[in-house]
Amino acid sequence: VKETFRLAVNGDAHEVSVEPRTTLLECLRYELGLTGSKQGCDKGDCGACTVWLDGRPVLSCITLARTAEARRVTTVEGLARSGRLHPLQDALDLKGGAQCGFCTPGILMSAAALLESNPQPTEDDVRQALAGNLCRCTGYTKIIEAVLEAATTLRAARSAGEWP
Amino acid sequence: VAVSTKSTDRPTATQSFSVIGKRNRKVEGRRKVTGQLLYTDDIVLPRMLHAKILRSPHPHARIKGIDATRALALPGVHGVVTGRDFPVPYGIIPWTRDEYPLALDKALYIGDGVAAVAADDERTAADALKLIEVEYELLPPVFSVEEALAHPENQVNPFAKVGNVSKHVHLSFGDVEQGLAASDEVVSDTWFYAGSTHAPIEPHCAIGDFGPEGLLTLYSSTQVPHYLHRELARVLEMPMDRIRVIQPGVGGAFGGKSEPFDLEFAVARLSQKTGRPVKILYTREEVFYSHRGRHPMRLAYEVGATRDGRLQAVRARIHIDGGAYSSFGLVTTYYSGQLLCAPYRMPAYEFDSTRVFTNKPACGPKRGHGSVQPRFAFECALDVLSERLEIDPIELRRRNLIGEDTRTVNEMRVTSNGFPQCLDAVERASEWKKKHRKLPYGQGVGVAGSTYISGTNYPIYPNDMPQSGCQIKVDRSGRVTVFSGVSDIGQGCDSTLAYIVAEELGVELEAIRVVAGDTDLAPVDLGAYSSRITFMAGNAALDAARKLKRQVREAQAAVWDVAPDRIELAGGFALVPGDPERVVPVAKAFQAAEARFGTLGSTGSYNTPGQAVHGEYRGGTIGASPAYSFTAHVAEVEVDEVTGIVTVKKIWVAHDCGRALNPTLVEGQMEGSAYMGHAEALFEEQDFQPNGLHRGPSLLEYRLPTSLDTPDMESLIIESLDREGPYGAKEAGEGPLHPSVPAIANAIYDAVGARVTELPFYPGRVRKALAARRGPWKGR
Repeated sequence: VKETFRLAVNGDAHEVSVEPRTTLLECLRYELGLTGSKQGCDKGDCGACTVWLDGRPVLSCITLARTAEARRVTTVEGLARSGRLHPLQDALDLKGGAQCGFCTPGILMSAAALLESNPQPTEDDVRQALAGNLCRCTGYTKIIEAVLEAATTLRAARSAGEWP
Repeated sequence: VAVSTKSTDRPTATQSFSVIGKRNRKVEGRRKVTGQLLYTDDIVLPRMLHAKILRSPHPHARIKGIDATRALALPGVHGVVTGRDFPVPYGIIPWTRDEYPLALDKALYIGDGVAAVAADDERTAADALKLIEVEYELLPPVFSVEEALAHPENQVNPFAKVGNVSKHVHLSFGDVEQGLAASDEVVSDTWFYAGSTHAPIEPHCAIGDFGPEGLLTLYSSTQVPHYLHRELARVLEMPMDRIRVIQPGVGGAFGGKSEPFDLEFAVARLSQKTGRPVKILYTREEVFYSHRGRHPMRLAYEVGATRDGRLQAVRARIHIDGGAYSSFGLVTTYYSGQLLCAPYRMPAYEFDSTRVFTNKPACGPKRGHGSVQPRFAFECALDVLSERLEIDPIELRRRNLIGEDTRTVNEMRVTSNGFPQCLDAVERASEWKKKHRKLPYGQGVGVAGSTYISGTNYPIYPNDMPQSGCQIKVDRSGRVTVFSGVSDIGQGCDSTLAYIVAEELGVELEAIRVVAGDTDLAPVDLGAYSSRITFMAGNAALDAARKLKRQVREAQAAVWDVAPDRIELAGGFALVPGDPERVVPVAKAFQAAEARFGTLGSTGSYNTPGQAVHGEYRGGTIGASPAYSFTAHVAEVEVDEVTGIVTVKKIWVAHDCGRALNPTLVEGQMEGSAYMGHAEALFEEQDFQPNGLHRGPSLLEYRLPTSLDTPDMESLIIESLDREGPYGAKEAGEGPLHPSVPAIANAIYDAVGARVTELPFYPGRVRKALAARRGPWKGR
């Protein structure tokens, strides 16, 4: 038996009709076509499915879709603004922080949440914030460099009024 | 077929480039950071069904019968396949085709595929699996190398020629007996390298789509579309020209997707049976059981040297636990011996390697295939030797350098060799001289070196065709499209081809489109394995681009009435240097060429140099490569004497990649390799319970290092400018992993005087090694 409810994702309103056991990840990927969030383990171990619920990172593969009803969901597709990359996205690309790219959406959501709560993080802060996101390609070095650089860029962009 | 690069194109240190050597973006990078790059599971086709595979719960069992009647009767189920749907065996190595897509007569390990069901959705397919009745007759399993050799009558793999021996290789070069007798010191010990698995974050996924014309389109997260293409044709008994293999974005592979898997055959046959597209996405547990990862090896070495530290002879005896199938095992067995003969000169060398079958998931190629394990043992033996001879470990290595333009004792041709510079770089950057035997007790540094191939000199199936092909289309808009069969698995090879073509044709990177990973559209490239793409596909792209460049220069030369060789193509322009009157956007020059020669396009090829690069003995072709990379690591560790916990503080990685076509990508490979080696040293183990069940088939229990566990790493790029590599480039993807484990082991010894010989270096093993130490550590 399917349940019908409303989901607000990246500012868009959707009405979905899914079985109660449907996870938020399945709903995003297979109902709404938002395939940016990835399934790497399906049990909350790898972090590739990380999205925001009301601005806080959650593992969408172990969150029921219904949980997100009447809350704001943000996915990797919602990071860029009017076609302009979030400084984190730009830095990750430029610095070689995305090799295969499969963990990247989850890394971005965890790192972007960090920069919202801590605009001037230390390397240790970044390592802590990413501890729930497994990357198999990079050894994390270039990801951490990118996040630290993006923090600087984002602060400058915000003080110049160029980024919300 | 173009064979390598002409001597006139020999790379030099003073060459200047517009694109090569710059920290450019990757061509698909912005699609990755926005979540827009499509991986196989992101693809949804109309009317697509989902399938699941039923797996054997027994490690060794004869299949007496399968009854799928109840499963087929379940609403939403559309088709079932079993072993009987695939009577033709397959295998990545043509001489060892010893597995079936689904078990035909017997299941060889817990997790071996037995049947597959296609249904409306995954959950219905999973429910249907429970309704399939399989009658098993249990057979005695063997789980260890010793059991397998002691009980040939309990044969695991019926294709084995003798008992449970998968492959035996014995090769000898020079007089080892005499070399050991002439040695003042002989280190003789045994090491054990534990199995580990690739664990790419993307699980394997495939979609089969049989069209009404009888054409099969197969989407897969493979890293070898061409070999998959061949085996699909063989198993499905279809001509290759009716099959199209598409490799979408691949979320990591590391060797774990370099042969066909049950899911690809299953979706193809199920699609054929149901007339609808069918997808299978492995669960994470299935990825662990499908495996094909690092082989556990027990390695016994005798390493002899004279008093002044010159190696005299090396002898190895190696036992390899292969799991249930051959996979690449024939090659693994050769590699375990053949790839040890550089970067050090050894006058005599002998190895005896035996790979056996056991009732466990098959092992295969993991980053640094077959040579990471012997490298660990050998570099640890060198550390013991340096201590006994009282020679600094880096100095000991320097005394045995093999040098450039030479032959190894097993007759492999070595061309460029930046290993001495690698040693210098890690010694300097790590402040080795201030640290080795000088840090406070509990802290230490260790060094190790290695070499690796830039592709194999011979393809997996014998043929005289190019290993890499490339086609380039240039049109009047200024756009350049590069068609190549390469497989980008995150290493950035699509971008590498774009950099090369942009450099040659003078266009901006944004004007390049790369069409890859599609057997209908692109010429054959053998795939992303053995670190071959930069060297081989790079040369093919260079060949194709230079042919077009000649046409463009000739046409523009006629327009300007100058000699063609005065025209440069760079940065989006065609120009005569120093002549402000003669500069036009490069698209203009393309138009001149199109007007002069007609529609523009070219092909390029690369094939290996052939017999000139290896010895003429049985097995001499395996391990032969057109060029070798070199690496040195220094690791710095802290060891807690009470708990036995080892913490790696930093790893300095120096790697000779020939030339860094993009330093960011090369560093990424160096850091990723060092991370993965460090993980094998301290964290990961593909381990099984006594009944054959995996001990922890999840990303929680199988311990991948997190951002908090991974040490600082410093990449030091060494450029030896190989004369046959594209602009001098060699591999960077696998070589830098090799020294990780021995450098850490040797650093543990420097820290606390304990020799760890068994992976992973768990706290208990370190404590055991500490207990074996006689008295306090007098190393300093």
